[in-house]
Amino acid sequence: MIIGLFVAARGLPLFLSFGAWRFIASSQWEPAQGLFGVFPMIAGSLLVTAGALLLAVPLGVGMAAFLAELAPAPLARALRPAVDLLAGIPSVVYGFVGLAVLVPWIRSAFGGPGFSVLAGALLLGVMVLPTIVAVAEDAIRAVPRTYREGSLALGATPWQTLTRVVLPAARPGIVAAVVLGMGRAIGETMAVLMVTGNVTALPDSLLAPARTLTANIALEMSYASGRHQEALFATGIVLFLVIMALNAAAALARRKEERA
Amino acid sequence: MDHVHAPPVPAPTFTVRNLTIAYSGNPAIKNVSLDLYPRSVTAFIGPSGCGKSTFLRALNRMNDLIPGVTTQGRILLEGEDIYAPGVDVVNLRKRVGMVFQRPNPFPMSIFDNVAYGPRIHGVTDRDRLSAIVERSLTAAALWDEVKDRLHKSALDLSGGQQQRLCIARLLAVDSEVLLMDEPASALDPISTGKIEDLIDELKNRYTILIVTHNMQQAGRVSDRTAFFLSGELIEYGLTAEVFESPRDRRTEDYITGRFG
Ligand SMILES: Nc1ncnc2c1ncn2[C@@H]1O[C@H](COP(=O)(O)OP(=O)(O)OP(=O)(O)O)[C@@H](O)[C@H]1O
Ligand SMILES: [Mg+2]
Repeated sequence: MIIGLFVAARGLPLFLSFGAWRFIASSQWEPAQGLFGVFPMIAGSLLVTAGALLLAVPLGVGMAAFLAELAPAPLARALRPAVDLLAGIPSVVYGFVGLAVLVPWIRSAFGGPGFSVLAGALLLGVMVLPTIVAVAEDAIRAVPRTYREGSLALGATPWQTLTRVVLPAARPGIVAAVVLGMGRAIGETMAVLMVTGNVTALPDSLLAPARTLTANIALEMSYASGRHQEALFATGIVLFLVIMALNAAAALARRKEERA
Repeated sequence: MDHVHAPPVPAPTFTVRNLTIAYSGNPAIKNVSLDLYPRSVTAFIGPSGCGKSTFLRALNRMNDLIPGVTTQGRILLEGEDIYAPGVDVVNLRKRVGMVFQRPNPFPMSIFDNVAYGPRIHGVTDRDRLSAIVERSLTAAALWDEVKDRLHKSALDLSGGQQQRLCIARLLAVDSEVLLMDEPASALDPISTGKIEDLIDELKNRYTILIVTHNMQQAGRVSDRTAFFLSGELIEYGLTAEVFESPRDRRTEDYITGRFG
């Protein structure tokens, strides 16, 4: 809260002097020339996050369902710590692996510089996977056994039981898993910064480099001063707003679902 | 004058031999053998905890889902051992349907609950589904109460309504055997009467097993009665004989309410 006020106080003057709309909607970030357009970074953050979720949600929910429903108990017991381990790896290590393996692989497989939206999305996808698996697995396990019994007793296969009864019953928890994963993805800085290339231009393809809002702050904070520094605080405000907007959208989706 | 013949006894639907079932080593059914006949109703009576539900759940292999359950002996369904390796359990459960002791509607609409069985077995035609749903709900004496709220959640129904919904859900699947574990335990006398009428009508087509704590009900609806005590089958025979001239003292005590 106090941090929020501090950031707001430091960032708001720029909104006034440069124009809030111009700050958000223009695409030129040239601090030396007094141009502060963060639209490419907003796009970068959203693209990388959306890409990460596109990968991590189906994979994570699938893994959670496998661990909770299908895997024999010893296998599930062996796999779960492996997934948990992924969550414990510091983000700089992910970034390093991404830099050493992922970026060259993308460069040779798809062309382009390798440093790209795609690299960031893939890496973030792996990073948020443990969160999504853990929360979704809890949600699936919390589905009462009697639902499964009712379905199986009618001659449903385990797969039908999973897809038609268990997963729909676990949906609120799965939505929570996605929201948590999204929060983690959009706030992540270090690893993404290491593999996306950080160019301030609007990315025109998945293979183009991009810069996220968090990276924008982290990269320039150490030397920025004056209006430039204000612009970075203003970037922080935008980041808050984006996160709040996404959370609001998620809450809305959940409320709609509860009514249905 | 023709000789008066006793009606021929048909081949049993289920043949149970030396069945012993234990939960983590604690036997709940002890060395039980009996035959269950087609197109007739068999009532299972006995004090709470004597193993009635356990026995019922062995007939469609629902006990498989409980960790630590061991089943010994043989259960033949029309001559085929249902516990033999390679048995299609999904198909077995389609043939041998069950209403659980505790109502377990799915967290979906009333319509979708009843349509669940037909849908998983391949019915997609909207009109046919509607027809099946109406027919099943009518048979279960629930149609009039819910026909205006078919698309509301089944979880908002009362306990007795949920019980009838679960009966309707079972009737929507073309089973051959109906296992009904206290299907009228939460019902008022009028609904109970309707369910008993239904059972009377259904026995022309099905092999029906019903667990009940209501002696009058057992007397009214069943052709044969099995009395269990502490996991043992104490007495089994035609209902009229079991009720009027029980062979075992304990059966008589239980039926007349002088038990324990
Ligand atoms: N899931 C389980 N795990 C361990 N023990 C169980 C389980 N289910 C039942 N039992 C035990 O097995 C015995 C028989 O239980 P069962 O549910 O078959 O009795 P019941 O005759 O259906 O009783 P009621 O009339 O109360 O429904 C009881 O001693 C019970 O405690
Ligand atoms: Mg019982």
